[in-house]
Amino acid sequence: MTELIFHEWQNRSLDDAIYECRELFEDTTFPTVKRWRERGGKVVGHFQVNFPEEIVHAAGLLPFKVRGAPIEAVHSDSRFGSYLCSILKTSLELALSNTVPLEMFVTHPICDAARNLAAVWGRNVSYPCQILYLPQNPNSPYSVIYLRGEYGRLKRSIEEISGETITHNALRNSIAVFNQNRLLIRELYEIKKNTPWLISADEAYVLVALAGLIPREEHNKLLLTLLPQIRARRTQTQDKVRVVFEGGFCEQPPLDLIRAIARSCYVVDDDLLIGLRWLLEDVSPYGDPLFNLAEAYLEKSSYSPVQHDLRKPKRKMLLERIRNARAEAAIITAAKMCEPGLEEQVAYTRALDKAGIPYFVGEFEESMTSFDSVEIQLETFVENILFS
Amino acid sequence: MAHTTDIVGRGNRDGAALFQKWFAELNQTAETGGQAAYIFVMGSMAELLRVFDLPIVMPEINSLQTAVRRVAHEYLNQAEDYGYSPDICGYVKADVAVQLRHGEHPMGRIPPPSLAVLTNACNTYIKWAEIWERMYHIPIFTLDVPGTRARGKQTWPGEPDFENDRRYVLAQVKELITVCERLTGKTFDIDRLRENLDHANVMSRGWRRVLELNQSTPSVFNALTDGTIYLGVSNGFRGTPEGAKYFEDLVEEMEFKAAQGIGTMTDEKYRLLFVGVPCYPIFRRFNELFSEWGGTFVNSTYLWFAAGGVSQGYEYDLSRPLESFAEGVLIYVRNAMDSMFYQEKALAELIEPFHVDGVVYHPIKSCRTVSTGLADNRRALMASHDIASLFIESDMMDRRVVSEAQLKNRTDAFFEGLASRRLAAAR
Repeated sequence: MTELIFHEWQNRSLDDAIYECRELFEDTTFPTVKRWRERGGKVVGHFQVNFPEEIVHAAGLLPFKVRGAPIEAVHSDSRFGSYLCSILKTSLELALSNTVPLEMFVTHPICDAARNLAAVWGRNVSYPCQILYLPQNPNSPYSVIYLRGEYGRLKRSIEEISGETITHNALRNSIAVFNQNRLLIRELYEIKKNTPWLISADEAYVLVALAGLIPREEHNKLLLTLLPQIRARRTQTQDKVRVVFEGGFCEQPPLDLIRAIARSCYVVDDDLLIGLRWLLEDVSPYGDPLFNLAEAYLEKSSYSPVQHDLRKPKRKMLLERIRNARAEAAIITAAKMCEPGLEEQVAYTRALDKAGIPYFVGEFEESMTSFDSVEIQLETFVENILFS
Repeated sequence: MAHTTDIVGRGNRDGAALFQKWFAELNQTAETGGQAAYIFVMGSMAELLRVFDLPIVMPEINSLQTAVRRVAHEYLNQAEDYGYSPDICGYVKADVAVQLRHGEHPMGRIPPPSLAVLTNACNTYIKWAEIWERMYHIPIFTLDVPGTRARGKQTWPGEPDFENDRRYVLAQVKELITVCERLTGKTFDIDRLRENLDHANVMSRGWRRVLELNQSTPSVFNALTDGTIYLGVSNGFRGTPEGAKYFEDLVEEMEFKAAQGIGTMTDEKYRLLFVGVPCYPIFRRFNELFSEWGGTFVNSTYLWFAAGGVSQGYEYDLSRPLESFAEGVLIYVRNAMDSMFYQEKALAELIEPFHVDGVVYHPIKSCRTVSTGLADNRRALMASHDIASLFIESDMMDRRVVSEAQLKNRTDAFFEGLASRRLAAAR
């Protein structure tokens, strides 16, 4: 059997396995992508938030989630203006520094800044760069037919990269792999929600994030092995506040920030890397796979500040998330200079005020390194709730 | 035969008068409690909304007017006190304050929205409309217009990918008609749409011609200052007889000036392209930083994208109004987006015919749609062409990020460089 791309966690104790996962996550040289390429594999990078990875997977390529990194934008800084979020710059840095070589890059019109990426990357790299136009009017009954066509266009682009036709059977197989992955991630989130003392927010985050770094079959194997061990952990409950963390849909907060939050809170639900959990139910393996993927994106999906859907007002969805997770409070964050996140903060906080739910508001940047001040503020916030 | 005094400057005079008329009508609508449609400059759908006699409100124009009239800071402060971050679009915040003030605006009272129609040409449009939805619980309609997928990969009628996009836009146009019928109680009249499209065709032809005429030496209008007036009429009066006549007159004026060799300034020394959004908080002074050196703007990407891409000159086929309208929206809104993301080739093509001496890039804090890629665009243009360029950052609304001294310092150095280049070329 072929050795796993990420094998270091195998035959280790749970804590050691999670340690290895964290090591991989924090390694900004992205070693698993390198290993994949050394075996002759090709890589398609896709920017946050959601992407139909199944289509790339069905072509035998590695879908790589481009989500920035806590690195210095040495080459890319001069390609951008001043008032921008960090993730744009560090993502391009990964390409310009050749840290993550790609065969193709896809971005989405999720925000005013990200929609520029296909043009900026396209002027600076030799491989194809494009925008996948996910519908911004999901309330149009026609949007599913449009998206089916757009996925078909994407499929043709990927076939040009792979040199192979992507068959319906290959797509169905990939849908099955990803359905299993989503199920396992949902199970992980059930543990977070029902028994948050068994897994800290930072541990859960790392386990989920690896989905964007390794072949999905490997991620399934990892979760299938570790989830029972997590459930069997003998950890005491602590006097922590149950919170929902909101604001991690695109640029990611530093792992140390999540760890700092976890020291005083149980993060029972969140929107971190929501794209990996965008589809809430299984995608049907029957019929036209591209249509099924399109329908799932529109009809069986989560929410974020960068998808407009009149059926899913974000403030109401947040309250529902808080209710479903039996959270006592919310942490409402946004990445610095993230316009959709900052705009949504106003709607969120006003809805929370109305509902009488305490909240903590903050901003973060992927490269921030000092957390003392945030931690003290957060502890004060938590104490106010615990002793009120 | 037109007299010089009648015709020269007419576009500016008539434009100002039309603007006053527009805002007077909006004021009346606000006073009488009538319906109003909030729309945006990229993909306004004005031709369709006018079929239902809906007065149109363009919040981007309302907002920039607060900056031009030097009161934007009052509005921005109010929105920031409400909770909005200093790091988001200033247009949005000024409008939030207008709404919090029940429509109070320097040009009169703005009616609240009964309907908001927006495209995805700017993502902030979507977030903006969500604010109105929360404030007023009105219908908001996002008309999703897929743009160019990759550099140099536009598709055209007959190609499968274009047809997929076209069918999607057409389906949404039909859905919007249903929304308008429900809101206004009026039945859609395709002949009125045809009339409006006819007026829009005249305007699009005129707009394209006016831009072309600035190839004249001396240039017949300043794309930054005069151009903004023309732009306002293009947006506010699209699909109307007044708008069509205005552009017919404007073409006449510019042709007259070109034929007579009448320039926009007395001593034109440098011909420049402007890329980005104007600095409205010091609008006149910003232009003076260039005009004092004999610099004038002969063209501007702002006149392309902020006119919704109609500068491309797409004309509707009146024999199939609805289908052609959908196709036109797709093509020119896409053109507006390309003017922001992929403009380096279009700029390069202007250098020779417009006798361009330099390109001024003006990214702004408020608008990431326009500004994100400008530094890279500049790199690409400079790599392919021997053309001087200036890169200066400020804002279109927020005077806190406008440093006049720094702008002047950079601009002066730019012109000194242009003078040196000219001297070197003459040797």
